[in-house]
Amino acid sequence: MSDDRPSHEAPRATTGDAVLTRSGTRVELASAACFVVAIVAAIALAVVYWEGGQPQAEGVLLALALGGIGVGIVLWAKHFMPDDEVSEDRHPMASTDEEVAAFTADFQAGESSLTSRRTLVATAGGACAALGVALVFPLRSLGPRPGRGLKQTPYQGGGIRVVREDGSPVRPDDLEPGGFITVWPEGHTDAADAPTLLIRYQPDQDFEPVAGREDWTVENVVAYSKLCTHVGCPVGLYQSDSGLLLCPCHQSTFDVLQGAEPVFGPAARSLPQLPLAVDDSGYLIATGDFSDPVGPGFWDRGR
Amino acid sequence: MSARKRRPERLLTHRMARWVDTRLGSAKLARTALNKVFPDHWSFMIGELGLYCFIVLVLTGVYLTFFFEPSSNQVVYDGSYEPLRGVQMTQAYHSALELSFDVRAGLVMRQIHHWAALLFLAAIAVHLIRVFFTGAFRRPREINWIIGCTLLILALVNGLFGYSLLDDQLSGTGLRIVYSVALSIPLIGTWLTSLLFGGEFPGPDIIERLYVLHILIVPAIIAVLLSAHLGILVRQKHTHFPGPGRREDNVVGERMWPTYAAKALGLFFLTSAVLAFLGGVFQINPIWIYGPFDPAQVSAASQPDWYMGWLDGALRIMPGWEFRAGGFEVPNPFFPGVLLAGLTFTLLYVWPFLEARVTGDYAEHHVLDRPRQRPVRTALGAATIAFFVVAFIGGGADVMASTFGLSVNAILWTFRFLILLAPPAVGWLTYRLCKELSARDGVPTASRVRVRDIPGRLRRGPGAADTAPAPESAPGG
Repeated sequence: MSDDRPSHEAPRATTGDAVLTRSGTRVELASAACFVVAIVAAIALAVVYWEGGQPQAEGVLLALALGGIGVGIVLWAKHFMPDDEVSEDRHPMASTDEEVAAFTADFQAGESSLTSRRTLVATAGGACAALGVALVFPLRSLGPRPGRGLKQTPYQGGGIRVVREDGSPVRPDDLEPGGFITVWPEGHTDAADAPTLLIRYQPDQDFEPVAGREDWTVENVVAYSKLCTHVGCPVGLYQSDSGLLLCPCHQSTFDVLQGAEPVFGPAARSLPQLPLAVDDSGYLIATGDFSDPVGPGFWDRGR
Repeated sequence: MSARKRRPERLLTHRMARWVDTRLGSAKLARTALNKVFPDHWSFMIGELGLYCFIVLVLTGVYLTFFFEPSSNQVVYDGSYEPLRGVQMTQAYHSALELSFDVRAGLVMRQIHHWAALLFLAAIAVHLIRVFFTGAFRRPREINWIIGCTLLILALVNGLFGYSLLDDQLSGTGLRIVYSVALSIPLIGTWLTSLLFGGEFPGPDIIERLYVLHILIVPAIIAVLLSAHLGILVRQKHTHFPGPGRREDNVVGERMWPTYAAKALGLFFLTSAVLAFLGGVFQINPIWIYGPFDPAQVSAASQPDWYMGWLDGALRIMPGWEFRAGGFEVPNPFFPGVLLAGLTFTLLYVWPFLEARVTGDYAEHHVLDRPRQRPVRTALGAATIAFFVVAFIGGGADVMASTFGLSVNAILWTFRFLILLAPPAVGWLTYRLCKELSARDGVPTASRVRVRDIPGRLRRGPGAADTAPAPESAPGG
């Protein structure tokens, strides 16, 4: 049989010679051993599974089974398969001018019969466009209109107790000076936009209320939204001596004593503050919603 | 054995092949396929590695779907992992715990799946780097470059969707960041997030929707594009490195059958073996340690999977700037999140066209460049990599601070300078290095380099030496 395969330069190398040599025999043995290892590992894998399973053993045995096959095949290929280098012709990707011309002629013949009916082209195009637009509408069902939701929390309206995760109300004295806890509006401890930090700054710390919020604190207790104004992670690390709040996600830092304004990191806005008071029973309540929309910014946040 | 050899038509495989051929006439085509020539170089295996990771991802992923329940319904855990008993959690997290502790072979499958995803992205990234630095994206391969860039984005996105499904504390934090970055897009951000999440974060529908995207829509698109990627590769034939007998009008390598096919199959098994070993022995994403997602909680050292690290780092390194005017604003995460990612991928997509325009080289290229032959491209590529490496390492600023007892502010300031200074420095150094190396090679013309420096192992087949290296078309620019 003549070799008319794509090869100018190399006839098929004769193989199989290596098998007869001593090293060839060794390689064949090694390759066969790999396959035997794979067989044994596969059986062991089945046994391990049957006996109740064990993740490490399963992984190692599976690796041995797969790896045994892999190494066996590679040895086989490297030593007993032809490794001749051959050359195949490459032709320019582009069609010849004649081919392009022939295609163009055929296409245009059909095209002219299509485009001669102008009314049909226009109405068919319009129908497809209208259908396309109509099919976009169901996307609207995927979610509600983003409206006030982003700018409101359940504190809206005020007069709501702040409570711990278990629903228990909080007195100012429940916090040690320098201490802090996370609270929610009563009845909304699962609201993702409402986690609030209650912080009782130390008596010797110089708290400077933001103008207009002088009566928003009760007995050194100040409340801020726990959601970082950067990308909304809970700002959970408080250094009570410096009065700094740190967001563990991207290291934004807020100064609790200065209206929680950002002093470092990517956050660009202060944490919104919650106006506090105490009710008749001495429990802390919010007298209204946060000073600003909580959490990350969005384009019409200020509208 | 010998009897079979004499009468091959009695073999079942032979009879089946005959049966198919008499209906499709497939023998001629199949023979062409058998003799297809593939150039051999270690760097050509990297993309292949990605393909095998994808296959492992599909196989293990299908197994996982039999047990994972994508639901945000609240349930109380009562499985075999003691520390979480009695804890309220979503069905999704609950089923992921069951999969890890109570489904036999579940944990090893989950961990192989996760390791395969990490390696999938690594293979894609290194393959992209190889293609870039060797100029394999040049005409006629721009289409495959575009498909490849799209595959990179899809793989990134699907990895993110995948680890976000489990609803543990870490993935919930990641989703919150994704939500906020999407929310920061001017004009459409609020609508986009509401439609994707089904409302305000955390959104009632997000797990169910991510699940459909993760197991059906994105993998289906990946499978289609991957097929196109390979189909175009076969149609255009593979590039080869310069060397004796290697010209623009030929392709020098091994025949597909049997050696190359066997090696490829072997590589598939070896890749799977490594993934199985990693999945069995090295713990990955131990969700039971993180606990169920609680929007009011977060732990320090919340790092995403490695391939999202550059975005997380960019979010940290960005100074606290945002633009506000007339009640409208462009929030801070828009710049390091949306803008950086948008710029990155836009530049990637247009690079082949940009380079052709600048160099005026619109010719077909099938012989690869060595990086030193193209100092400007190589320097720009190295500078870009430097930028992303700095961003990636910056993503671990808090871990570095706590590990080395340093101020996190000082570390972030260092990275703010580094991300501006490292790319030009690395780019300049690379440029000088390329110049030095090509000067050492002698006159850096294509043909000279090809004769002197043969990259990789060149096995000369009998007769290969008969063909003198043909003069190449001079590289443009």
